[in-house]
Amino acid sequence: MSRAATNYELAFEKPLAELDRSIRDLEAAVLPETDSDQAQELARLRAEREDRLREIYENLEPWETVRIARHPLRPQTRDYVRLMFKDFCELHGDRRFGDDPAIVTGFARVGSIKCLVVGHQKGKDTAEKVACHFGCAHPEGYRKALAKMKLAEKFGLPIVTLVDTPGAFPGIGAEQRGQAEAIAVCMKEMSRLQTPIVSVVIGEGGSGGALAIAVADRVGMLEHAWYSVISPEGCAAILWKEANEKTNREAARALKLTARDNLALGIVDDVVPEPVGGAHRDPESAAENLQHWLTERLRELKRFKPANLPARRRLRFRKLGVTDGGASLVSLEGDE
Amino acid sequence: MADSETNTASGDDAPKRPEPSGNVDPASMTQISAKETLDVRSAKKTSIPEGLWLRCPGCDKMLFRKAMEANLHVCPECGHHFRISATERIRQLCDVKSFEPRRWKLEGADPLNFIDLKPYPDRLAKEQEKTGQPEAIQAGRAFIKGRPVALCCLDLTFMMGSMGSVVGEAITRSIEFATDRELPLIIVSCSGGARMQEGALSLMQMAKTSAALARFDDAGGLFISLLTDPTTGGVTASFAMLGDVILAEPGALIGFAGPRVIKQTIRQDLPEGFQRAEQLLDVGMVDRVVPRSELRNEIARIIDYAGK
Ligand SMILES: [Zn+2]
Repeated sequence: MSRAATNYELAFEKPLAELDRSIRDLEAAVLPETDSDQAQELARLRAEREDRLREIYENLEPWETVRIARHPLRPQTRDYVRLMFKDFCELHGDRRFGDDPAIVTGFARVGSIKCLVVGHQKGKDTAEKVACHFGCAHPEGYRKALAKMKLAEKFGLPIVTLVDTPGAFPGIGAEQRGQAEAIAVCMKEMSRLQTPIVSVVIGEGGSGGALAIAVADRVGMLEHAWYSVISPEGCAAILWKEANEKTNREAARALKLTARDNLALGIVDDVVPEPVGGAHRDPESAAENLQHWLTERLRELKRFKPANLPARRRLRFRKLGVTDGGASLVSLEGDE
Repeated sequence: MADSETNTASGDDAPKRPEPSGNVDPASMTQISAKETLDVRSAKKTSIPEGLWLRCPGCDKMLFRKAMEANLHVCPECGHHFRISATERIRQLCDVKSFEPRRWKLEGADPLNFIDLKPYPDRLAKEQEKTGQPEAIQAGRAFIKGRPVALCCLDLTFMMGSMGSVVGEAITRSIEFATDRELPLIIVSCSGGARMQEGALSLMQMAKTSAALARFDDAGGLFISLLTDPTTGGVTASFAMLGDVILAEPGALIGFAGPRVIKQTIRQDLPEGFQRAEQLLDVGMVDRVVPRSELRNEIARIIDYAGK
């Protein structure tokens, strides 16, 4: 494990610390070879640790999920590109202003399916994080994403987007170059692209900056990702007047931002399982699960005529926020 | 004016994140709060005291309230555009008694069972009582200088004009109405952004309205977007910036992130006039800055050029 991991504390994993210490001590103990007690005890401790880890991750608080979604070792777009896709051909630049490294785009193959990949990149080491503005894209990032997605439509390639951003970048240049317009246009144009689009929130789904590349036919979420209109801290600072450990926890709960909550609200179609203890513990298995889900969804969407996809996609979002029956948000009174 | 208890997802008072990588909290920066938009114009407080007189935040002169109101809520001295309710906007913009509200019975609901310091339904009830309106929008059919239009006006007096499911739904239905009837669509925006209390469902209204506008665009419809003070967050980043023609009122604050959040992120002072309508015109983000007194003429003129 790298230093980054040791700096990033997950308080809810503290119960594991003692077990880890015992395992380490026992592993290090120099005993005459083939001590059966030692082997047995090690096996028991490891099994107990696995059980505890599973138990912890099955009973996470929403705020703890947010902490996992931000884990520095959690796989990012470039990791998934490496683990899931073959022959990645990166495409750069928006042809207008620049090349935003906070959004990665390019042709790739997942299994035998050729596609276009678009994803937020937060950055792993300090230099990359700074270059990527910690995953907060500028207008040129969204314009690059849209330009490449239009290429995909032109050449009949399906689109895969990986969402992982705390939000779009708030800055002078971003505003003056039309951050709001870039996001709005990206959503509007995505809604009418005549090619299949599959999106998955792999880490943080922070507000409009996330949704801008997630107007898709099928939307999934990794098990420990979050997706909402605002971060818990932002919400706590406003509605609870102060962001601290306690109010962040309450805001995270109130926002219903977990994968399971978003599934129940109909905002995502599927929750993609992560390995026990989160994707950061086992990126390969996380990528395997995700690849399986993506492939399945892309195959399913292949059945539709590309020209018919925009209407279906629009309807998918059209239904959100209004339901029929008792829980209806809007009740109609003989319109017209 | 705006309730100081902000209801929009905003980056006001940036939250602290413990990790070194979290020096900013951008998710919360995509929107703006009521407090922020009130504070930003000048150091002076812009609260309007009830009574016969009020101080203009533009020129600091005492104005006779009725004179200001008779002047379309614009300062007769300096031209400062005061914020107005949806009801007043409709009165100013439409031909006399031509506005027919769409007969939707719009009711807010609480899909998340959201409780912060108080339950969301209680907030809604309080806003409804305060404004006499069911939600932060009025929508309908109207005539502007004899031209029929589909009209939506966001209402700043109701939870800072924030967009939840009902606002998103009303906008979407109005777009569909304009599409079906081949009417020009006018949306007057003023909003603190997406409404936090409906979580991701509020967020989805951005995609929903944008997708409806794509279809309207395919059908060749004319959409005139009017941006008024303030238009921020998820409203700016969806339908408000998607107008075929985008008009803005003088001095209006228009942006994605709020000024305070930007300041906290970049740790430097913001340039003079930043995010104001005139500067958006300079950098190419809006078509025209139009004083309130000219809006009816301008809209009618654009409809004559581009409408069906
Ligand atoms: Zn004045």
